[in-house]
Amino acid sequence: MDSNKRIRIIVDITKLIITILVSCGLVTLIVLVTSSDPVNAFSSFFLGPFTSVRRIGNIVEAASPLMFTALAVIMIFSAGQFSMISEGAFFIGTLGAMMIATSVPLPAGIHPIVAILVAGAMGAAVALIPAVLKMKWQVSEVVTSLMLNYVVQFFAIYMVSYHFREISSSSLASIEFKDTSILPVIIRGTRIHLGIVLGVILCIITYFLLYRTTFGMKLRTVGNNAKFAHYSGIKVTGIMVISQVIAGALAGMGGGAEILGMYNRFKWTTSPGYGWSGIVVALLARDNPLMVPLAALFMGYLNVGANIMARNSDVSSEVVQIIQGVMILMIAAEALLKKWKQKMIVKAAKSEAGMKGDVIND
Amino acid sequence: MIDYSFIVDFLFMWIRVATPILLASLGAILCEKSGVVNLGLDGIMLISALFGVLGSAYGGNLIWGVIAGVGSALIISGIFAYFHLVLKANAVLCGTAVNTIASGLTVFALQLATGEKGSSSSLKSYTFPTVNIPFIKDIPILGDILSGHNLITYIAFLMVIVIWIFMYKTPLGLRMRAVGENPNAASSVGQNVIKIRFLAILLCGVLVGFGGMYLSMGYLSMFTRDMVAGRGFIALAACAMGQATPVGVLISSMVFAFFDGLSNILQLLQIPSEFVQMLPYVATIFGLTVYSIQKIRLQKKKSKEIQQNAIE
Repeated sequence: MDSNKRIRIIVDITKLIITILVSCGLVTLIVLVTSSDPVNAFSSFFLGPFTSVRRIGNIVEAASPLMFTALAVIMIFSAGQFSMISEGAFFIGTLGAMMIATSVPLPAGIHPIVAILVAGAMGAAVALIPAVLKMKWQVSEVVTSLMLNYVVQFFAIYMVSYHFREISSSSLASIEFKDTSILPVIIRGTRIHLGIVLGVILCIITYFLLYRTTFGMKLRTVGNNAKFAHYSGIKVTGIMVISQVIAGALAGMGGGAEILGMYNRFKWTTSPGYGWSGIVVALLARDNPLMVPLAALFMGYLNVGANIMARNSDVSSEVVQIIQGVMILMIAAEALLKKWKQKMIVKAAKSEAGMKGDVIND
Repeated sequence: MIDYSFIVDFLFMWIRVATPILLASLGAILCEKSGVVNLGLDGIMLISALFGVLGSAYGGNLIWGVIAGVGSALIISGIFAYFHLVLKANAVLCGTAVNTIASGLTVFALQLATGEKGSSSSLKSYTFPTVNIPFIKDIPILGDILSGHNLITYIAFLMVIVIWIFMYKTPLGLRMRAVGENPNAASSVGQNVIKIRFLAILLCGVLVGFGGMYLSMGYLSMFTRDMVAGRGFIALAACAMGQATPVGVLISSMVFAFFDGLSNILQLLQIPSEFVQMLPYVATIFGLTVYSIQKIRLQKKKSKEIQQNAIE
C-alpha cells in the first residue's frame, strides 16, 4: 500500500472517530442541560438498545430502510449529482408495495417479490423526473427533487385515503395487506425480516457496480470531473440520468421492503424521513457501499437509543436529528484535519526521498 | 357584490402569503450573487420562527422576540457559513445539515418549553402589529387590498428597494457581486472572498429570519411543527427564476405565492385536499422548468446572432 493511501485512511478514520465523539458529546451536553434525571437518560440512550434481544433486533430493523436510502444517495452523489429524491422515492415505494400487497392476489413466494419490484419501478420513475429535467433543460435537480418529495408525499396520502382506506379505522390507515405479501421474519424473538438480507445483497451488488464495472468507472469519472469525462467520450448526461434512476429504484425497493417487513397496513401521514438519514449513513460509509450496513447499524443504534430515552426520561427523541445534522457538517467539512494530513504526506514524502537518497549514495 | 369581495380577499391574501417567500428569496439574492448556494433557508426560517415565539413569550414583549428570532437566525447562518467557507464543506450538504438540525431542534426546544411537540399554542407570544396606512386605507377597493397588512409585509416590500440599492449602489454590494462573478479576480485585487461571503450569508440570515418570524408572529400567532413547509426551497427557486435581481425575485415570488394563495382558496372546494396542497410545489417545478427552457432558447438565439454577425 502506498503511503498516501495509508495516510488518507488514517485521516478518514480519525475524522470519523472525532465525528462520533463530538456527536456523543453533544448528546451528553443536551441531556445534562435539559434533563432532570441525566443518569437515567444516559443509560437509556447508550446502553438501552443492548438490554434485550428484542431491542438489539430493533437496531437491525431500524438500520434496514437506511441501507437502501444510503445506497441511493451514494449512487447519486458518486455521479456528482445532488438530487434529494431518495426521500420521495422511498415513500412512493411504500405506496407501490402497498397497492400490490392489498389488491393483487398472488402466491406466497412471488407476492412480495412482485410488490418490491413494483416499488422499485415507481421509485425509479419518480427519480427520473428531476434527472430528465436536468438533462434536457438544465433545471437544478436539487430544488426540483425537494419539491417533488412534497408532491410524492401528498400523492401517496391521497391514494391511501381515497382508494385504499380502511373505512372502519378512525385514523388514516390502508386496508390490511394479504398474508401472502408479508416478508417473513428470519430471527425468532425479533422482527428482523427478509428485507434486511435484500439490503445487504444490494450493498454488495452496488459495490460491484460502482467499483468493479466499466459503468461504475464511468459514473465515478463523471462525478469527479464531468468535463474530463465528456472529453474522454463518456455520455455524461446519460450516466447522470441512469445513476439517478438506479438510485430511485434502490430507495423504492427499500420502501417496499420496509412496509412489507414491518407493517401490515400503510399508516404514515407524513414521509418518515429515511431519505435524509440515508444521507448521513452514506457520508458515514464514506461512499463505500460495503460500509453501508455498518453505518446503518450505527444510525439504527442511535435511533433506538433515542426512542428508549424518550420513553424512559424527559428527553425527546428529536435529539437524533440534531446529531444527524452535526454529523453531516463534520463529515462534509473537507478542510477538517487537512493541515495534519498535509504534514503527514510531506513527512512521508521526505522520508521516502531520504531513503532513495541513501540508495543513490550507496 | 360577492365577486368583488372575493377578489379583494384573494388579493389581500396573495400579499399575505407572498411575504415569507419574498423575504427569503431576497435573502437568497445576497447569497446567490456572492456565489453561495444557501440550501439552509428552510431550516433558518423554521428556527427563527420558533425562537421568535419563545423570545417574545419569555421576554414579555415583541422586542425580545425579534432579538431571539434574528439572533438564532444569525447563529445558525454563522454555523452554515463557517462549515461551508472555512471548513470547505459542500454547500448542499451544509444546507441539508442545517435543515435537519432545524427540524430536530425546533421540536426538541418546543417540547422543552411547552411539553408538547405540535404547537406553541399554550405560550402567550406576541405578534407583529398590523399597520393601517393613512390615506391609502380610505381609498375604496385599493385600501382594502393594500392597507391593514402586517408590519413585516411592508418591510418585505420595502426590502426589494433596499436590496436593490444595496446590491447596485453601495461598495459592499459591488464587492459581493464581484466575489460571486469571479472570486479569483476579486481576490487578486485584494478582496477577502471568505469574509464577504460570510457577511452575505449573515445578512441573508437576517432577512430569512424575518420571513420565519412572520410565519409564527404574523401569518399565524403561534409556532407549529414544520410550519415552513418548504417555503425556503420555493424561495430558492424564486431567486433562480428571478435571476437573483430584486425585481425579478419580486415577480417570481408573487407567481409562486399566487399558487400558495390559490391552494388556500381551493381548500373550500370539493377537490381532494392533497391535490390542493400539492399545488405550490408542482407550480414551482413547472415554473423552474419553463424558465429554464426560455433561458436556453434565449442563449441559442444569442449565439446564433453572434455567429451571423461574425459571418457578416
